[in-house]
Amino acid sequence: MKNSGEYTEVMSRKSEILKKAVGLDYEGFESGAIAFDYEALMGSVPYDLKQIQQIQGETGVGNTPVFELRNLTELARSYAPAGKGARILLKDEAANPSGSFKARRAALSVYQAKKSGFKGVIAATSGNYGAAVASQAAMRGLDCIVVQECYDSHGVGQPEIIEKARKCEAYGAEVLQLSVGPELFFVFLKLLEETGFFNASLYTPYAVAGIESLGYELMVQTRERYGRGPDAVVVTNAGGGNLTGTARGIAGAASDSLPRIVAASVDLRGLNMASDGDFNRKSFTTGHTGFGIPFSVFPDRSDVPRSAARPLRYLDRYVTVKQGEVFFMTEALARLEGLERGPAGNTSLAAAFALAQEMDREQIILVQETEYTGAGKHVQPQLAFARQEGIHVYLGDPAEEVPGESIVLPETPGLIRAREIDVEELKKSYIRHGIDFARQRGGGDLKSLSEKDVEFLMQETRGDRSWVENYLHDFLEEG
Amino acid sequence: MSEERTTPKARKGDWVRIQRTVLEPGERAEHIPEDTRKVPLEMWAKGFLLDEEARVGEVVEIETGIGRRMKGIMESINPGYRHSFGETVPELLKIGRQLRAWRWEHESGRGGDG
Repeated sequence: MKNSGEYTEVMSRKSEILKKAVGLDYEGFESGAIAFDYEALMGSVPYDLKQIQQIQGETGVGNTPVFELRNLTELARSYAPAGKGARILLKDEAANPSGSFKARRAALSVYQAKKSGFKGVIAATSGNYGAAVASQAAMRGLDCIVVQECYDSHGVGQPEIIEKARKCEAYGAEVLQLSVGPELFFVFLKLLEETGFFNASLYTPYAVAGIESLGYELMVQTRERYGRGPDAVVVTNAGGGNLTGTARGIAGAASDSLPRIVAASVDLRGLNMASDGDFNRKSFTTGHTGFGIPFSVFPDRSDVPRSAARPLRYLDRYVTVKQGEVFFMTEALARLEGLERGPAGNTSLAAAFALAQEMDREQIILVQETEYTGAGKHVQPQLAFARQEGIHVYLGDPAEEVPGESIVLPETPGLIRAREIDVEELKKSYIRHGIDFARQRGGGDLKSLSEKDVEFLMQETRGDRSWVENYLHDFLEEG
Repeated sequence: MSEERTTPKARKGDWVRIQRTVLEPGERAEHIPEDTRKVPLEMWAKGFLLDEEARVGEVVEIETGIGRRMKGIMESINPGYRHSFGETVPELLKIGRQLRAWRWEHESGRGGDG
């Protein structure tokens, strides 16, 4: 295995390997230098919502409860201006078989793998998705391999990831644990080729369509109980699939007024996700800006040729919260609501706590997921680990928190903030990445980008023609 | 005692953990941070030992739980899980007390009518 020639060789056959392992010919969706037919890609999933719910229902996935967080709502109101403080609801996705909403994504992927005759499934993930795929594979009688990035070069593992490895192994999966580095993808490709297993990527149309049931359910449940849908839905954002699928499901629950879709990520700006030294200096392994921003501005960096997760198409607002704020909310959720969940999944809850204070009391803000808690995956071991790695953990103003150096637990709940990410800047960055993407594919004279490319960029950025053409022109001039 | 006698020994069929190097520092991808490029890409796996017997530190072959074969350096026998609920973090206790105080204040503010 020790030759760099093999690395280059395997990577050069990437699209061929992926094509076999997803059972989808992505080339058929390409429609321009930058453009592809996204709706046709999503349409390749041959199931409507009802059928998706039925497939998920076969393995007990979905139909999770919605809790009204009465005490946290009151706590938010006690810091909000008069008349402000929306009702905070929480969809308890931890109630899914593997303990997170990821079961919805895995359910459809594994069902499809089985139906297409694959003997097993592989997922490259250090997160809850591994456990979800392993659990679904166990239910459907398939073998499963999970590939994780887990250790730094000293062999020190993130407690949260070690717990997820344990959970995958509990479901009978083979877990391969790697040290830090994006070449995990090389190992992943080799495994796909050697085993002939299905690539249960988070970014196939199946893995995204599986979340549409979540968006649909939350609309129905909120309407049933409150006579109206939520005014805002907050989604923890990393690779963009959660947001995309949820928003598509919400849109499918046709309604006169749709909620605003707010993305929330933990602020880890300044840390390099591929750095061995930075790896254990973060306390969140997903739901953070290190995935959230790059996957928003260039979704096709994923492990499939074209990602079905395209968050900029659906988000109305994007905010960040600090690690210390999420840990605080995790503690508050347990103490005031009697729900031990997260921590990572409570990113959107921390944001909602701040956002509720801007909204009217009559309004509803819904947090669309929770995740299970366990050894290693819990406020206490994660903070103790951070401290052991030399991170300064203290009570104070989270505004002072510096990723990789400190975790500041808010001294009072009033210090929790949702900080804006400039979405217009992300959209500009998206266009710039689109041009780079076309160039890498040898896209000849870029000044002759087709009408399809312009229309595609308008859909991707929700920008009007003049806005898109303006930036295209600027970036092309820059060369 | 010689080192040979103190190094744990596994027999065929024992559940063991192996380590192997996937890429040496010189073979790593180009566009990765310097600190990552300086170290090898390593991988760990678990499985049943296929060799008749082997000591920790020796190169062995295993069969994983789903029946795949792999070679690597045997690192441990009957590997377990050591992650836990961690040491006490006193700041969390302070947060808990603060939330409790708020709750009682809030309850009394509501005139005890719940």
